[in-house]
Amino acid sequence: MQNTFYNEILTDHNLHPAHKHDLPDANMQLEGVNPSCGDDIVLKLKVEDGKIVDGAYVGDGCAISQASADMMLDLVIGKTEAEARRLSDIFLRMIKGHITEEEHEELEEAGALIDVSHMPSRVKCAVLGWHTMDEIFDEPQKAMEEARQGKAENGES
Amino acid sequence: MTITQDMIGRVRADFPLITEDVAYLDNSATSQKPQSVIEAGKRFYETENANPLRGLYRLSVAATETYEQAREAVRAFIGAGSTEEIIFTRNATESLNLVAYSWALDNLKAGDDILVTIIEHHSNMLPWQMAAKKTGANLHYLYPDKTGAVTEEMFRNALTPETKLVCMTQLSNVLGRSYDLKTYARIAHEMGAVFVGDGAQSTPHIPVNVTDLDVDFFAFSGHKMLAPMGIGVLYGKKTLLERMQPFLRGGEMIDYVTTEGATWAELPHKFEAGTVNAGGAAGLLAAIEYYQKLGWDFIEQRELELTRYAMEKMKDVPHVTLLGSDRPEEHHGILTFKVDGVHPHDIAAMMDEDGVCVRAGHHCAQPLLKYLGVPNTTRCSLAFYNTEAEIDRFTASLATLRSRMGYQD
Repeated sequence: MQNTFYNEILTDHNLHPAHKHDLPDANMQLEGVNPSCGDDIVLKLKVEDGKIVDGAYVGDGCAISQASADMMLDLVIGKTEAEARRLSDIFLRMIKGHITEEEHEELEEAGALIDVSHMPSRVKCAVLGWHTMDEIFDEPQKAMEEARQGKAENGES
Repeated sequence: MTITQDMIGRVRADFPLITEDVAYLDNSATSQKPQSVIEAGKRFYETENANPLRGLYRLSVAATETYEQAREAVRAFIGAGSTEEIIFTRNATESLNLVAYSWALDNLKAGDDILVTIIEHHSNMLPWQMAAKKTGANLHYLYPDKTGAVTEEMFRNALTPETKLVCMTQLSNVLGRSYDLKTYARIAHEMGAVFVGDGAQSTPHIPVNVTDLDVDFFAFSGHKMLAPMGIGVLYGKKTLLERMQPFLRGGEMIDYVTTEGATWAELPHKFEAGTVNAGGAAGLLAAIEYYQKLGWDFIEQRELELTRYAMEKMKDVPHVTLLGSDRPEEHHGILTFKVDGVHPHDIAAMMDEDGVCVRAGHHCAQPLLKYLGVPNTTRCSLAFYNTEAEIDRFTASLATLRSRMGYQD
């Protein structure tokens, strides 16, 4: 087969995501939507003392959006908010094509999405999970409220 | 007629962008352009460029002649009675908005009904949503069956005594199915409603005669039928156009202007404010000449052959579902499909890696896809200059998608 953007790392995260499930004890969550592909995810985090203890996502979308969210969670679970934000900054810069070799290595498997920097129509898919995580930290009150509502809805149903 | 490889080869040679490198199968989005169309636009700017309809010198007269010659060619191409009924716009979207603003807002009132179908492209839906909101009219939707078929009975049942406006496509950009506008326009007229036909997808693929259809308005774009982008057409019955206010106000659409107001120019210029797209019109004229040279027999037969071939090939690929009818005659080269477990944007990206151009997404028909229960799809749309080899390339790519995404079967 020819050289493909859809490498095994990407397709494996898409088909067999480790973190695509509900997270009943999440205390922060937000929805992220990319109207161009119709990607729609809800990112759920359990944050204690400024540390991401656990995380998950649910939703639908293209392989890039789904795999990217899964890779992100692989990377940030166990990290502090500050570390997660720093990695997110590196990821977003990778997509824009401004990144050092060392930084690329820090992203681990998420670095497999580097070629998105040459695919302008897919940038929004790749950054969806990361943007949603940044928004959770930018608007913690809103994210905590969404998590409370999410639990209430689950409790009722 | 017998279509030979030699004929197909000669047609393909007319299109500079068509090569063996890329299979362009997104013709419903925009067609490729033959050399004669590209040359016509170039020739206009190289030898006739002046502001049409204004100048009193020879160059401007030449520009005007080309522009009006294009109008006459359009008139003949769609069988309209008079060039006064042919208004140049940017595209079908602008044409439909013109009708919404200049006809619907002044002729609809609270309590009136507007009927559109759920099949419509957003361009033939959003202007009527706007008109309904502003006038207080009610917008109703006609729902076809799940293959997109509409029957006369379904159409009659969707009308009410209050229906004043019916807007319907002649050919679906998602399902490829064509609709019998002649019958529906007749029924609408019996109920006293005005009928707007969207010809954006039909005009490039089937012969259109607006007089025979007896539609009141008919909109289409040049760029989907070999012409340049930025030139489109609104056909309107003279009796209606005469009673309408202009859509845009400005240069070259007036008879006389004072500080208080103006009297409008005669048709069709009343609706063509500002400097017109004469280079685009020259290209559209060349596109119509190209259609005439090729002939509808060739175009329709070839597109049906290709559609039939593609549908046969797609049937052999597991996990692929085609939307719409299972009859090639009801697709007009438009094959919208889904592949189990593979997102359409990933399909389009992988096909791009294989040198195949297809469209992915909602095709500007979100309400239709929601009704059909498929929010996102991929569309392969064929034109007469495509080949079986290009379809082979498409279906070969199609057959690899699931394994490339990591599926075992």
